[in-house]
Amino acid sequence: MGKISLNKIYKISEDVVAREVAGEFIIIPITSGIGDMEDEIFTLNGTGRAIWDKLDGNKNLREIAKALVSDFKGSPGEIEKDVAGLAGELLKRRILIEVK
Amino acid sequence: MKTGDYVLKQTMNESGLWKDNHPLLGMLDIELTERCNNNCIHCCINLPPNDLAAKEKELATGEIKNILREAVSLGCLSVRFTGGEPLLREDFEELYVFGRRSGLKILIFTNATLITPHVAELFSRVPPLQKIEVTVYGMKKSSYEAITRTPGSFDAFQRGVDLLLKKEIPFVVKGALLPANKDDIDEFETWAATIPWMDKPPSYAMFFDLRCRRDDANKNRIIRSLRLSPQEGLRLMTRNEHDYVRAMKEFCPKFMRPSGDILFSCGAGCGNGCADAYGNFQPCMMARHPDCIYDVRNGSLKDALMNFLPGVREMKATNPEYLVRCAKCFLKGLCEQCPAKSWMEHGTLDTPVEYLCEIAHAEARFLGLVGEYERAWEAGEWRERVRKFVERKEYW
Repeated sequence: MGKISLNKIYKISEDVVAREVAGEFIIIPITSGIGDMEDEIFTLNGTGRAIWDKLDGNKNLREIAKALVSDFKGSPGEIEKDVAGLAGELLKRRILIEVK
Repeated sequence: MKTGDYVLKQTMNESGLWKDNHPLLGMLDIELTERCNNNCIHCCINLPPNDLAAKEKELATGEIKNILREAVSLGCLSVRFTGGEPLLREDFEELYVFGRRSGLKILIFTNATLITPHVAELFSRVPPLQKIEVTVYGMKKSSYEAITRTPGSFDAFQRGVDLLLKKEIPFVVKGALLPANKDDIDEFETWAATIPWMDKPPSYAMFFDLRCRRDDANKNRIIRSLRLSPQEGLRLMTRNEHDYVRAMKEFCPKFMRPSGDILFSCGAGCGNGCADAYGNFQPCMMARHPDCIYDVRNGSLKDALMNFLPGVREMKATNPEYLVRCAKCFLKGLCEQCPAKSWMEHGTLDTPVEYLCEIAHAEARFLGLVGEYERAWEAGEWRERVRKFVERKEYW
């Protein structure tokens, strides 16, 4: 797993399915190696969901953070930190992959 | 368990999902086929594997995919593939992968005999996200095949289970307790305890259901002859008396009460439902009475859930015998009496099933909830009886 960089582009892995069910945003692993137990799923909080929606495999993380500035109260620096934080967590779990 | 500021990793049971806002359909059962490669002597549903008439009637691949697709759109997160033997379907892999790729967790009920290296590899690569449930019919070839009546099935079962273990695919085992395998129970439980994913002792089927299609009087006679007597069943349930009584002290205050004349007093059809092999949608897999089934081939799950099942759940008993006995009996939590069992035994929805009544009374007598010759529907002060049982000092 490479180090997170705001200049890199990432996309959602095809090995997960994201669904919104009864107001919850959940990520369900499809292939092995994403969850480490048989019944694990992942949920995203509101901030995570907003960032997730921008992870389209075209924009780098800095561009994603910039696009979110108008939607959130934090400073651009804080938003970049949030975006990198979520990307790091997703990358660690192979939910996110780097676009080469 | 919180693993970060943005992502929460959690198990379904622990999660607060659906706490306040349930999807229309949370869990779906699909009986992929009634056919089975075993021919178990006690089975309530199995048809021969080569029953072409049954096979032709079964939902086609595309129809099952449509049901899964709609289930997902209604919020369903978990589907159970059962049968018959679900792995007998030639399109099992296609349906399984489709379900998983649609974002469903899949629970598989199987005898494990059709788990090949290819299937094990599939489950390893695309995990079902729920422990596979394997029914075990014996620990020896002689006992196992006396029940399955299928030569070679014991070896096939062992191969299947070995593959699951080798590939570290989570599964649990459960037993069917019959005269032919009753001497295997200790060996079975010792072996079950070595399975890494068994977090409690195996459960058993022992009060067997009659044929749920009401299709074979001879088979029903055999099934009746194989059932444990209420006293034998009680002996098995109370083998670990301490744990049993402790569990019942927790259970009884929650679930003991007369059910009244409402037939479906369980959770069947509330945010869940079952599609049988031919596209009949019903509140539970056993409730196959014509008044309880909805043809999903000519309708939709949404229509069934919103417009059909609520009516089924409001159905009331009219049989005077039921109204005098079951409706007033506080052993509801101990008794398996329900519309499905009534259907299998009597072809009605509201006829008391004597065998189930005897089992519930045997348990209630053991727990001191009713006296030796007392019938629970005639017993007064049921709340007081439950309270006294719970407050008794032993086993706390």
